[in-house]
Amino acid sequence: MTRAVRILRDPVVVAALIAVLLVVVGGLLRPGFASPGQVVDMLRVASFLGIIAIGQTIVVLSGGEGIDLSVGTVATLGAILASRTMAGSDALLVPGVLLALGVAALIGLANGLGIVLLRIPPFVMTLGMLGVVGGLILVVTGGRADGRAAPALVSLVNGRDVLGLPGILLVWLVLGIVVTLVLRRTVFGAQLYAIGTSREAARLSGVPVRRVTVSAYVLSSLFAALGGIAMVGYSQQVFLNLADDLTLPSIAAVVIGGTLVAGGVGGYLGSAVGAIVLTVLTSLLTTLAMPEWARIVVQGVVLIALLAVYGRQRRLRA
Amino acid sequence: MTDVAARPSQTSVLLDRMRGVRVASWATAGLLVLAVAIAIVLQPNLLTPYGIASTFATFLPLTLVAVAQAIVVIGGGLDLSAGAIVALSSVVAVQVMQGQDGLAGLGLVAAIGVGLACGAVNGLVVSRLRLQPLIATFASASIFSGLALLVLPTPGGTVPALLTGTFRQAIATVPTSVLLVVAVALGWLVLRRTRVMRHIRATGGDPAAAYASLVPVQSSQLASYALSGAISGLAGLAVLGNAGSGDPFIGGDLALGSVAAVVVGGIALRGGIGSPIGAIAGAIILSLSSTILFAIGLPTSWRALAAGVVVILALALSALGAPRRRR
Repeated sequence: MTRAVRILRDPVVVAALIAVLLVVVGGLLRPGFASPGQVVDMLRVASFLGIIAIGQTIVVLSGGEGIDLSVGTVATLGAILASRTMAGSDALLVPGVLLALGVAALIGLANGLGIVLLRIPPFVMTLGMLGVVGGLILVVTGGRADGRAAPALVSLVNGRDVLGLPGILLVWLVLGIVVTLVLRRTVFGAQLYAIGTSREAARLSGVPVRRVTVSAYVLSSLFAALGGIAMVGYSQQVFLNLADDLTLPSIAAVVIGGTLVAGGVGGYLGSAVGAIVLTVLTSLLTTLAMPEWARIVVQGVVLIALLAVYGRQRRLRA
Repeated sequence: MTDVAARPSQTSVLLDRMRGVRVASWATAGLLVLAVAIAIVLQPNLLTPYGIASTFATFLPLTLVAVAQAIVVIGGGLDLSAGAIVALSSVVAVQVMQGQDGLAGLGLVAAIGVGLACGAVNGLVVSRLRLQPLIATFASASIFSGLALLVLPTPGGTVPALLTGTFRQAIATVPTSVLLVVAVALGWLVLRRTRVMRHIRATGGDPAAAYASLVPVQSSQLASYALSGAISGLAGLAVLGNAGSGDPFIGGDLALGSVAAVVVGGIALRGGIGSPIGAIAGAIILSLSSTILFAIGLPTSWRALAAGVVVILALALSALGAPRRRR
């Protein structure tokens, strides 16, 4: 395989090319779709999914059937707690964010401990947590979400303050770089890939498998809450199901980005590109003014087609 | 011939599995008895014929979807589109029947046929394209629910009186809904002796080993999803009988609920282990727990939280009860 072919087969490259292709197609079909303003807008919306996908990537990389189905509701809960606390005031922005992150960390801890100590499969544990957090949201809000985003948060997401770009894109970029460095250059990153590749081999080499696994789920909830808070900056108001629907897209972004669902192989760059692909696709379908049913169907078909290109499992014969 | 060659290892694997099933099913059975006992203490009228009929009528859709999910999970897969299949098959059936008793039979065929077709699509995507079941069925769920919106854009339509009537009736004092659950359980007892189901179980246990033992792995995967889809189609009809009208948005919680029921029912998500009877028990446990939470008069806003905690506790119990499997 020549070098060029190998690069072209890299899932990250394929996903990036697809994102560009979608933008170009959109630009041809609807003039203005590919304009810089529109592209920035799409990236801004992609950042919420992208930030949530950071945690999902870490959990999937940790292997052992790792997956976090609770990220969507945790993001919603984080958004609700933060916006109730800040209540439209900049002075309370930091306490609000800290409260949301603190509660999210506890949820992630519960997920991790359930998986490590009670040996509940991650899929099931986080599925149960989805129900618990959903209930927690009802208890906290009494069924009616109130609270408003702080002006600083709104201008971070909706303003064009940094070189004419929304600050949230810078935040996303920095987070992405930090996470990539942590995954590639730190002991924690090496341990994460090690347990993702083989729990047993990692344990025998002295990796604290349980601690690393629990950390992965704590990080997942933390990034989910951050993503939720960013969403409130965008919508300015909070809803009871603000980010609930982002769970499965966050997994899809990770898979589209080439991270192996079995764990141990992949990285965040791919997930970030995956989040962009999914967001561009959604906004293309919306722009084309398709009826809702067609949009949903096309989304499913495209996802299957995308995954069929490289998200396939090993052939039994091989 | 294959059977003879593979016998020694199969026997030991079989023994291993029976042990696995037994331990897990104790936890499930215990939970079931506990849930039934608490529910009866709290709501004595649960035991009246009317109580049983209406309780089972509300349980039936989740019970059927749990059985459908169980078959896929035993085959080593997972079906996140089960809820969407229920929605699509129910709205198609509503449109086909047009509220006329004479067309009820056609509606039955349509619901099961649509479910079967959806399941076959899932099976093809998973077995031929070799996509991860989780992601593949998440994507296909999107397709099926989009189509459901096309068939019936807003909730509505009338279900033939024959269907809703039968659903609420009792045949020789046994409610129809109970008979249906029993019929599904009996159907499973027949099904599990078939070659197809043996192949599905072998595939779920260890695809590579199954392949090496000449089990048609791809066809077995296809069969498990198709079978599951057909049962989900039947669940779509149960939803109609219960609700009296069609709803393209129904089924959102059914997929994840069915997965929870399957796990509480002692079926390993790794595949190969468990029986849909356990899934029926799991579905009843989960449904009863919300009945109980309602009966103890918990404030509405706390009910969802309590239900979630109950689910996690049940999952923890069944996970602790199940033996650890080889890595």
